[in-house]
Amino acid sequence: MSAAFIFEQLLNSLQLGVMLFVMAAGLTLVFGVMGLINLAHGSLYMVGAFFCAWVAGETGSFWVGLGAGLVAAAAAGAMVEMLVMRRLYDRDHLDQVLATFSLILIFNEGTRWVFGAQPLYLDIPSALATSVPLPGGGGYPLYRLVIIAFGIATAAGLYLLISRTRLGMQIRAGESDREMIGALGVDINTLYTLVFAIGAMLAGLAGALVGALQSVEVGMGEPVLILAFVVIVIGGIGSIKGALIGAILVGLVDTLGRAFLHKLFALALPPAEANGYGAALASMAIYLLMATVLAWRPKGLFPVNG
Amino acid sequence: MVEMSRENLFNAAIAGLLLALPLGAWALGESYYISVASRVAILALAGVGLNLALGFGGMVSFGHAAFFGLGGYAAGVLSHHAFEGSAFLNWPLTIDGSDSTLTLWFAALLVSGLVAAVIGAISLRTSGVYFIMITLAFAQMIFYLAVSLPTYGGEDGLPLYLRSSLPGLDLSDDLTFFFVCYGLLLLAIFLSLRLVGSRFGAALQCARQNETRLSAIGIAPYPVKLTAFVFSAMITGLAGALFVELNGFVSPSILSWHLSGEIMIFVILGGVGRFYGPIVGAALFIVLETVIGGYTERWQLFLGVILLGVVLFARGGVIGLLAGKARHD
Repeated sequence: MSAAFIFEQLLNSLQLGVMLFVMAAGLTLVFGVMGLINLAHGSLYMVGAFFCAWVAGETGSFWVGLGAGLVAAAAAGAMVEMLVMRRLYDRDHLDQVLATFSLILIFNEGTRWVFGAQPLYLDIPSALATSVPLPGGGGYPLYRLVIIAFGIATAAGLYLLISRTRLGMQIRAGESDREMIGALGVDINTLYTLVFAIGAMLAGLAGALVGALQSVEVGMGEPVLILAFVVIVIGGIGSIKGALIGAILVGLVDTLGRAFLHKLFALALPPAEANGYGAALASMAIYLLMATVLAWRPKGLFPVNG
Repeated sequence: MVEMSRENLFNAAIAGLLLALPLGAWALGESYYISVASRVAILALAGVGLNLALGFGGMVSFGHAAFFGLGGYAAGVLSHHAFEGSAFLNWPLTIDGSDSTLTLWFAALLVSGLVAAVIGAISLRTSGVYFIMITLAFAQMIFYLAVSLPTYGGEDGLPLYLRSSLPGLDLSDDLTFFFVCYGLLLLAIFLSLRLVGSRFGAALQCARQNETRLSAIGIAPYPVKLTAFVFSAMITGLAGALFVELNGFVSPSILSWHLSGEIMIFVILGGVGRFYGPIVGAALFIVLETVIGGYTERWQLFLGVILLGVVLFARGGVIGLLAGKARHD
């Protein structure tokens, strides 16, 4: 096991981690401000990926596609907020789960209707389709490094947005007391639509970026959605800092588990069994992490409001 | 309960209808509809299980497919070993495969109950959204375990060649199998009625409404909720065993989170905390699937729209709509 391999796996962990953060940040923002649990967040991820792949295919430019994906996801988010979510804010979580579950069915089938049942393929922009040499030998795809950079830029941008801008101030105020900021003259409906659209755009960004690494297909958002849930549960629901730490933790545990657990088992077991048990344990590792964190801190690592 | 006669009348009608459908189908020789009715009864049974946790205990479990699937796998794996003539476990004690229905049911109840005790013990430390997501995540964990373990078919699942045998009954006969499912469904509803009506049930409902008050009168909410959660999982687990028997096939799809969502839909469509709600919910779901699915393969789109409409505009579910006001909370 060379140093280069370990370094590569660490970069993979980071790449998964930042993408999960971009996904989880929207989810946790919407929960923090509106108290809404949104299962359809994965559908917005899918919308971003599909529009990016479609427009990139038509125009031949990945970056135009990426822009289209972001706009489409944000628009879909704003529409869903105005048509459906608005009626759910003062309902209990059960109603929210069910309504957003229905939205998943609608989005999945609707996407299949519009784009057909075949998966779309999104090519990595040719300027990025090279690899960068790693210290210690071997190379690492440039595109994945760009994804990491996008993720870090998103984290920094969100931090600045929330701590330094007027909108961020209203978001923070909305988290702690929504009646009061309404009374102070902030149009709460517009604020909610805006927050939801930002969350949706982030999901669309993650979908479009990851879409170039895998096929763009119906239902692609659901495994990511569940990972994002694990992330925000570990981090503390509503906390963006928690989402960042949680995402990096989940990225590390998942990637390293898949890369190294079967080798660990191979020290004690014959190869075939070691691979089987290693794979099984690796796929369960993040859930075990979550269970451990929650047994220790039932409200996550960075609980919001005590 | 006498003053709720309109709901009682409605309940009797639902139970009667579910019984009449397969009898009619049998008389007409349409055996397909008998198995549809069996599916409704089995899925309703899973819903009755969830209703105990969700409707009466206020525990919004988004991971009940885990128990449904575990029950299914417990029964399926034992039946598979019985077919192969091998043992499930040789050490520390020998567990052989089995084709006895009662053994399979017992295994399903035992496995889903034990796992629910562990999942519940951790999950019930949390509440609200955390509880929803943790139960979902645990179910995913079990799903991935089933997918990645090659011994029992992994992702592809496991066909079961053996029909289990129940003394005195022939389960390979569709109608007999339906009656067994239907009987278990009514039994489960009856047991939930008794449980909810008992002192334990009063404590459970109080835990849903106000945990602080329950603690103040000297009852710790945690054990009450955990017990209800385990019972709830066992009922759903039994449904899983029946489902596997019906299909002759076990695969990770019965552990998927879509199924957790669907079981939840059965409960909510019928009406949360209504004893017969899951039957209405499951029946409606299957009817929509069959009817809309007959017109267009995009039935899920319309199902989604209908569900969304029910959540947004018909609180209290179908029974609430037809049989009068929602329960007091």
